[in-house]
Order: sequence, then structure tokens, then C-alpha cells
Amino acid sequence: MNPTNINRRDFIQTNVALIVGTSGSAFLGETHAQAIPSVVGPPPTALDTWIKINADGTVLANFGKMDCGQGIDVAIAQIVAEELDVSHDKVQVSLGDTRLSPNQGGGSGSTGLRLGSLPLRNAAAEARRLLVENAATQLGVLASQLSVDNGKVFITSNPSKSVTYAELIGGKNFSTNLTWNNQIGNAMNVQGQAKPKDPSEYKIVGKSFKRKDIEAKVSAVEHYTAHIRPDNLLHARAVRPQVAGAEPLEVDASSIAHIKGAKSFVKGSFVAVVAESEWAAIKASRALKVKWSNVNGPLGGGEHNTFNYIRQATPTAANAIPAFGGKKDWDIKPTMAALSTSAKVLEADYECAFQSHARIAPSCGVVDVRGDQVQVWADTQKPHFLRVGIAKFLGVPAENVQVKWMHGAGSYGRSDGDEAPYEAALLSKEFGRPVRMQWSREEGIAWDPKAPAAIISMKAGLNANNDVTGWYFKAKGFNGWDVRFTGESPEHVLVGMQTGHKKWNAYNFNVPEESYRFANHVHWWETVPPYLQEASPMRTAHLRAPQEMQTRFGQESFIDEVAHAAGMHPVDFRLKHMQDPREIEVVKTAAQRMGWPNKATKKSSGKIATGWGLALHAGYGSYAAVACEVEVNKESGRIWVKKVSIAHDCGLMVNPIGVRAALEGQIMQGLSRALHEEVHFNEKRVTSVDWNTYKIANVKDIPGEIDLVFINRPDKPMGGAGEPAIVCFPAAIANAVFDATGVRIRRYPLVAERVKKALNT
Amino acid sequence: MPIYKLNIDGAIKSVEADVDEPLLYALTDKLKLKGPKFGCGLAQCGTCTVLVNGQPIRSCMVPTASLENKSIRTLDGLAKNGQLHPVQVAFVDEQAAQCGYCANGWIMHAVALLEKNPKATDQQIKDGFANVQCRCGTQIAILQAVKVARNKMSTAKA
Repeated sequence: MNPTNINRRDFIQTNVALIVGTSGSAFLGETHAQAIPSVVGPPPTALDTWIKINADGTVLANFGKMDCGQGIDVAIAQIVAEELDVSHDKVQVSLGDTRLSPNQGGGSGSTGLRLGSLPLRNAAAEARRLLVENAATQLGVLASQLSVDNGKVFITSNPSKSVTYAELIGGKNFSTNLTWNNQIGNAMNVQGQAKPKDPSEYKIVGKSFKRKDIEAKVSAVEHYTAHIRPDNLLHARAVRPQVAGAEPLEVDASSIAHIKGAKSFVKGSFVAVVAESEWAAIKASRALKVKWSNVNGPLGGGEHNTFNYIRQATPTAANAIPAFGGKKDWDIKPTMAALSTSAKVLEADYECAFQSHARIAPSCGVVDVRGDQVQVWADTQKPHFLRVGIAKFLGVPAENVQVKWMHGAGSYGRSDGDEAPYEAALLSKEFGRPVRMQWSREEGIAWDPKAPAAIISMKAGLNANNDVTGWYFKAKGFNGWDVRFTGESPEHVLVGMQTGHKKWNAYNFNVPEESYRFANHVHWWETVPPYLQEASPMRTAHLRAPQEMQTRFGQESFIDEVAHAAGMHPVDFRLKHMQDPREIEVVKTAAQRMGWPNKATKKSSGKIATGWGLALHAGYGSYAAVACEVEVNKESGRIWVKKVSIAHDCGLMVNPIGVRAALEGQIMQGLSRALHEEVHFNEKRVTSVDWNTYKIANVKDIPGEIDLVFINRPDKPMGGAGEPAIVCFPAAIANAVFDATGVRIRRYPLVAERVKKALNT
Repeated sequence: MPIYKLNIDGAIKSVEADVDEPLLYALTDKLKLKGPKFGCGLAQCGTCTVLVNGQPIRSCMVPTASLENKSIRTLDGLAKNGQLHPVQVAFVDEQAAQCGYCANGWIMHAVALLEKNPKATDQQIKDGFANVQCRCGTQIAILQAVKVARNKMSTAKA
């Protein structure tokens, strides 16, 4: 397998054909011993749910996920076009519309292609089989005597005898059933009699196709949720307390009487205003006088006490959810015994700050409740689950709620995207008019669900030969999901908790995959109690690569520390303990791009120290090694990533240009989280309320050189490309800072001030 | 509520707005424009940017009342006779958007910069975007697009 290194220009200007190997792999989830879940919406068992041939021969594919801004619809269209033998531009993909698509789980875990494309692939293959059989009858030949080219079925030996898909079925239904695996969500799959193509036959999959939505987005044509303005619309804004957890004791409606049409609303601890125009709603939200209850220090000791709090807290749960990689049985005794007899023992704690999704636009939702019928427009990542949740919240059957996913601000996990739609639903029901709820910038950071802060504690032993005798990994942090990654029930959103839906009692954190084979290896996690139980601005939820960045910061930093203690280069030390050839290849490839094993880049000149470091992540069905060469300004502490090399193996690459875009995004967001992002808060409230108090990367952070190496493996299943690389940035950068300066930073983000302080002590 | 006459993309539009109502809400809520968008309401991100007499301004903080008799240009009016502006073309060619919500700010800043200085250096381009935010991390593709637009526009003017 030769890695292909393709620069940006090549991607943009050409369709890069990639080598195609053998053998596909079908996925069908477990189908036995499970009750069949009830389906709301189009039945997954109907081929017509998935694929429609229009009268003009174009194809509609109904996809039960959405797009997080990476153009996944392009890749889905490639897969459908491939199986149907039509050109890519003939396929239109509808995204996240509960009227049209079954619940495929929404945007989740980089599963868009690796799981999400499979039912459409199988359905498209079945549709082609049926169309060819139909054509065989019409043309009076056997199906085996027919070929298909761009939706035209013809007799292979006599191409003038043909019939098109449009003529065969255009505008009509297939009325055929598929076998469904009885799964709802990411694992949903269906199968017909047809077998999808072998990757060796691919003509469309593997080539680069551009996105169609970008032109609409850059020419002010695309409709985002924010643009939805039905007739008779009310604009809404929420009113939040200055002390977290405070309850409204008195709301003075007369304080907004001077704003024409403005009205206040209170239910439980949820306070909002509605008005006839957006500006009037904003003014009313500022003017409304609310007397709040007193709450004493709801957020512990604030950010300065976060890590003490974690260290001292009695855990709420430990390694208890096998579904998230936890093992119920783990035993630290062999590890501790091995460490106690080791020649050298190393220990280090790594600290990870709370981070926010901080979408470029805060939550927005438009809801029209008419009697018991509900229409929702939202840029949620999980429209089908939002449907179920809002139905529960309003007390109507899920069948009566329709959610139309709209383009919106980028989301990156269980962001605030589900919040405003719930609030708009409540207000629309109350006022009997469509309501558009728009969160403020402050709410979008301060009240967004957070990625949990954590401490990763590592220990390792080395014997006299510098072999690893034991390896200890413990993550202790805030719960990974105070609210679930779907809005499937009101307790998972702020307004739900504010109106009496009690927070669930489920806990998870994470542990790293076993990339390295160490003797006496133990890993586990513990979660600590939240500062504030209900409706907290510090409630946690999945943020892109949930709890992977935290755990890998510990694991991938510490392995460098142990390597140095063992007198080995960190890359060589990793390779010594790795077995998976795909992991080995990405590590070697990324390291070679930095000059390993020959060239040492470490140098110091004046106030600038330069060095490089690497980190590995295997997950989401993919492999990524990220190597960063950094410049550290020894006076200011500022870190600039001078060069980043990523070796990336996501199995079969469907749309290389899409993978490139996903990786470029992960570079910038990854170094944003590694270098800048931390939620500031005091004992009363979150004080990160805007872009000055919650810093993200900007153009000054763009690396000097971006070097992406794609390892295409058409013979392997599609892996996810939205998360594996971003995980690596904090550790890769911290390792590079050590290489450059000899100083180990064990906390992210590596903000300049703390780096400066560390360099001076 | 007062009515203001605004020159938007070369046409005079009447819009009813509060005396303190920022231009953004007049444009989006009243005139239904889709280019400028709400991002922060604090003039920190650039998502609401329009050009006033050729200068990029943050419409979320500037009162509508102050903009009569000034020329306002928006993303909605950037294409002429169905032809996209060279900056828009470059954004499409370079695929310089993820969610695309912030694209308005980058494009309007780029238009202001390159129409004034079609030979802007790479450094001038970078400096020109110091206060524009993109959360998806599309800055790499965006700056590439702006440079491509610069190359086209500087040749066209030469």
C-alpha cells in the first residue's frame, strides 16, 4: 500500500482516481433476541422510503442523517449513483427530514458514511436489480444480457435496444419490501436480494466531487434555520439568571409594557419574552425585571478550583457502561504489584479544561404548534430524536410532530442545537403562533452543554532493561453526558430540566483503545458529581470526539514521557509496543514527514524554540497520526504550529476532497482546542460569554505548512473521517513543546500565559 | 415607528425600524436578506458584515437610523446579472465553507479588501481577517480562496 500525498490544488482541480482493491463488507447489526422497535415515520422496510426515481429519471435518496458542514450528501450521492449506475449529478439527497427519512441516528460518531450509507447502498443496489429485471421483461431478454449506463438499460450486444429508468418507473413506486435489521439509529440497515458492487467495480466512489451547497451558501440563497419566518411569527428570547440555578421569584411584566406587543413567559425556572420583531424581543429580554432566588456558590469554587474538586470528589460511577468501552471487571492489583517492583516508576497527571461547542451562531429553532400538530425547523444533529423529544415535552403523539433539519451553524456534537427548538415549541403552544427562538451569544457559550473537565492520571514502570512492567491509566472527570447525545426526551435539554424533568442518572467517561501492548495494563474511568444537579450551565454533553481528546492527551503525552525515561525516541518507543499494521503505518508515515528517523528538527534561535511531536488516534473505524512542528516563543509563551502532517487511513475513501476538507477543519478546530479553548467560570456563573472571553483559533493560527497523507484502502470498510485526527492535537503539540523546550506541559489548552509561566519555572 | 430610506445594493428600500434598531435586524427581519447573519450581536465575529460606502461594518451594532444616504452593499446583492463576484467564485472553486454560516463575513471583508487593493499581499490578506471568526475551522480554505480571487482580480485590473 503506497500512501498517496495529494496537495490541495490537485484535489480542487482534478478528480483523483484512487486505486481500487477487492472485497466489500456488509454490515448488519444484531437481529436476534431483540424486540422490534416501533417506527415513527417512513418504514425502513419499504424500498420507496429510501429511493425514488423521478419522472425525469433523476433520483431522490432519503438520508436519515444530516450534514455537519462536511458535505456528506455528496458522498451519499456517489454511493447511490454508483449502485444505480446513474451519473452523480442525477442524485439528489434529502437530509434529516422526518417526513421523508427513517431515523438513522443523525450526525453521530463519524458514522455518516461507515454506517449511514449502508442502507442506501443496499437499497440502491436492490432498486437497480428490480429495474433491470423489469427492463428484461420489456425488452424480452434475460437480465444477464443487459447493461446499464447512466440510467439507461440496454441489451449489451445491441445497445440500440434500450429503456430508461424514467420510462420503467419514473414517478411511480417500487412497492417492494426490504429486510430491516430492526435497529433504529446509527445501526439501522436494510437489505434486498441484490448484492452491492464490489469496490473493484467502482467508477464514482473514490473520485472527488465538489459540494453543491457551497454556491448557495456563499451567494445568500441557502435557507438556514435562522431564515425561517412563517407568517404571524413571534420572536423569542430567553432570560437567564446571573447566578446559576437561581429561580425566578417575581417577574415584573410591566417592566416591558413600553415595548409594543412584548410579553413575558415563566414556567418553572424558564423565563422568556416574545415580541413582534426580533429587535423588540432583544430589548424586552434586556428590560424584563426578574427577582431571582439566592443560590450560594452553585459552581463549586469556580475554574480555579476545578482540578482540586475533581481530585477530592467521591466518584459517582466507575467504568460502568460497557457500551462505551468500559469493562465491568478490572483489577489494578497486578499493575500496582508490577510497579512496586519496577526499577523506575513514572507518574503524571494531565488536566483538561471544560470546553464549549461555541457554535458560530447560538441555538435557533422555529416551531409552529397548531392544535396537536407540530412543525419544527431546526439545525439539530438528531432531527428524528428531537421529534420524539418535543412530542413528549408537549404531550402529543410523535406522529404529530415533524422536524425539518435545516442548515445551521456548525454543531460538533450535542451542542445547544436542540435547546432553542424545545423552547420555541413551549412558547408556540402557549401563544398559539409560530415562534422563532434565537439564543444570544452569551447563551451559546455560557449555557451550551460543555465537554467535561478531567484529570488523566498515568503511571508506568520500567525494569532495568527499560521494558515496560506495568501501565496504569485512570481518567477522573465530570460526567461525559449529563445530557444525552440526542434530544429524545425533555430531561436532556435546559428547558426540560427547568420545567421539572429530572436529569437522568447515567454516567460515562472514556478510556483509550489499546493501541499499545504493555504488560500489566489497566485502565478505567471515574466520574465526579456535577456542581449543580439540575439545569446547570456547566452540564456536560458530547463535544466532537467526546472524551477522546482528554484521554489521548494523557495517554499520548505520557507515552512520550516514558519513552524519554527509557532513552528511546517516542516514535520508536510507540512502534516497539504496537501491533496493528494500520496503526503502525500512520505513525511511521506522519513521523517520516517530520524527518524521522534521521533528522532532528529541535532547535533554538533567540526567543524561538522549535521542535516536533506526534500523537496517534485509532477510532471511528479509522486511524490518524498527527505530527506537529511548533515554534514556541519563550518570551510570550505563544505556540505556533509551523507544520502539521497527518497520516490518515479511513479505509475506503469515498470522496477524497471531502476527507481533505474534514481534515483541514480538524486542524484548525484541533489547535483551537489545544491552544485556546477553556470555559471560564466563577462560583456563581460562567464568565465565558463571548469571543473575547472564550478564545478560539483565528487566521493567525493557520499552520505554515499543511501536509496530508491519505492512505486509501478500498479493500477495507469505510471509516469515519470527522473525528480521529482532531483528538491528537493537544498531545501532539504538548509533545512538540517538550521537544522544543524540554518543558512538559500537562494541561490543555496550552494558553500562552501558562506556557510562559511553565517555561520560567 | 420611523421609516428609513436605505440604499441597499443600488436600490432604495423603505424599512420601518426602531430608532435604536441595529441594521442587521432591519435587513434580516424586515427586508428578509439572507447574507448578513446574527452571530454575536457584539461586533466580534463578522458574520453580520455589510459594506457601507465600501467599508466593512458590523451591522449588528450600527443603528439603521445612521445609514440613510449611505451606500450599503450586501452579500445578497453581490452577484451581478447572474454572475457571481470573483470572490464568490473563488469560494465555490476552493470549497471554502463548512457550515457556511460565517461565509458572509469573510466574503464581504474580502470584497472590501480586494476591490480597494487588488494586489494585496498574502500578509495584508491575513491581517485583513484578524477579527473575523470561523468556528468550523475553514480558515485554511478561506484564505486560499481569497488569494485565488486576488490573483484573478489583480490580473483583470492590470
